[in-house]
Amino acid sequence: MESYFSILFTEVYKILFILVPVLVSVAMIVWLDRRVWAFVQKRRGPNVVGPFGLFQSLADALKYIFKEIIIPASSNKLVFVLAPVVTMTLALISWAVIPFGEDFVLADINVGILYLFAVSSLGVYGIIMGGWASNSKYPFLGAIRSAAQMVSYEVSIGVIIINVLLCVGSLNLSDIVMAQQNLWFVIPLFPMFVIFFISALAETNRPPFDLPEAEAELVAGYQTEYSGMMYAMFWLGEYANILLMCAMGSVLFLGGWLSPIDIFPFNAIPGPFWLIFKILLLFILIALVKATVPRYRYDQLMKLGWKIFLPFSLFYVVLTSSFLIYFDLLPGK
Amino acid sequence: MKISRLLKTIFMIDFLTGLLIAIKETFKAKKTINYPFEKGSLGTRSRGEHALRRYPNGEERCIACKLCEAVCPAQAITIESKERDDGSRKTVRYDIDMLKCIYCGLCEESCPVDAIVQGPNFEFATESREELYYTKEKLLENGDRWENILAANIKADSSHR
Repeated sequence: MESYFSILFTEVYKILFILVPVLVSVAMIVWLDRRVWAFVQKRRGPNVVGPFGLFQSLADALKYIFKEIIIPASSNKLVFVLAPVVTMTLALISWAVIPFGEDFVLADINVGILYLFAVSSLGVYGIIMGGWASNSKYPFLGAIRSAAQMVSYEVSIGVIIINVLLCVGSLNLSDIVMAQQNLWFVIPLFPMFVIFFISALAETNRPPFDLPEAEAELVAGYQTEYSGMMYAMFWLGEYANILLMCAMGSVLFLGGWLSPIDIFPFNAIPGPFWLIFKILLLFILIALVKATVPRYRYDQLMKLGWKIFLPFSLFYVVLTSSFLIYFDLLPGK
Repeated sequence: MKISRLLKTIFMIDFLTGLLIAIKETFKAKKTINYPFEKGSLGTRSRGEHALRRYPNGEERCIACKLCEAVCPAQAITIESKERDDGSRKTVRYDIDMLKCIYCGLCEESCPVDAIVQGPNFEFATESREELYYTKEKLLENGDRWENILAANIKADSSHR
């Protein structure tokens, strides 16, 4: 009994050790996003609360907590309340398998990448539930769009991941990182990295693929009927997902916690910092994209996903595997 | 032509040039001001919060002619007048419902004695609707507080009146 509790406590401690930094960094990343967006447009962005406005997100969170939660009379109340919880939970549990350093991972499971993929696919449910339970036309249309979009890009992300897996020979995320010791996968698989990045934008409903919440036509998409803390939870889940996609991109292509060059001043910096640095770099790129490009039309979005990305990444799978077989580089030999 | 277009799309040339411009703009000087701490300049005719002015000897300017009440398109002004002991006609009630007011400036324009004016203050948000129902006392107090700027604005604008 005693050992059971001690295990429980160490696990809870470990979970908190990952969860709290993730939540704090989500808040910071929202600030960073707004700041980058503002800077590109030559505005100042949030700069009043705390140094450089760093605590803006905390102030916003406080505001959301004290706001009234409005549940529409005609909504399906249980599902309506459950939807943001589902979104947020699914966005957070994926962090269990992200390796922050050597042996610095909550769950070092062998099907890590499959788990990530499964959880991020489930993320659609939060949005569909929210859109359907609101019982209102804009959320419903937004949810339908979002579901179709996420499912489409999930497919191409899956095929891209196959490319990486071919080079690694393991589904374990730590193994994937260790396989990049000599060469980051971003170099041989550069086109895949670009497609992964674009698909990640579509997957997380970021501009230019933010059609589910296209404010010009759908008010705010599936979030329209939400208010107060429930809206904030959707919002947190969304940014946690974006952060997760950045983490996934750095683990799969940018060598995770590895330093770019294995010489002294670089490899002295602990692994987690390198991972955070890479995540930040990818996130700043995502924020810049938001500030730069206009929104896609819906049919263009679908065409891009199914007619360009999917065939191209499939073709690249063939290319990668034939290359590996021809030069006898297949892993696990 | 078509090939070059295709290559441009594949290598995302347009996107990359756009991104480069975005990165360049990031380091340029900001076009916005740091609002609550620094404020933009206001014109002499800017129409903000209302104020009732006084003559330098402390006498109210308003003669209760009710032109502003009549001209107000939103009917935000309510005036009641009475003859004072010295025989002059003065207001006993001068209310402006700031929530009805559309800040058109017609009251200021119609006033024959420059009594009701719209000052430079635009930051008078309140926490309740009641606080935005301005009475004569509040308006006179505003006039006393902003008199320097109000007088300067009227003087600067006098050649156009």
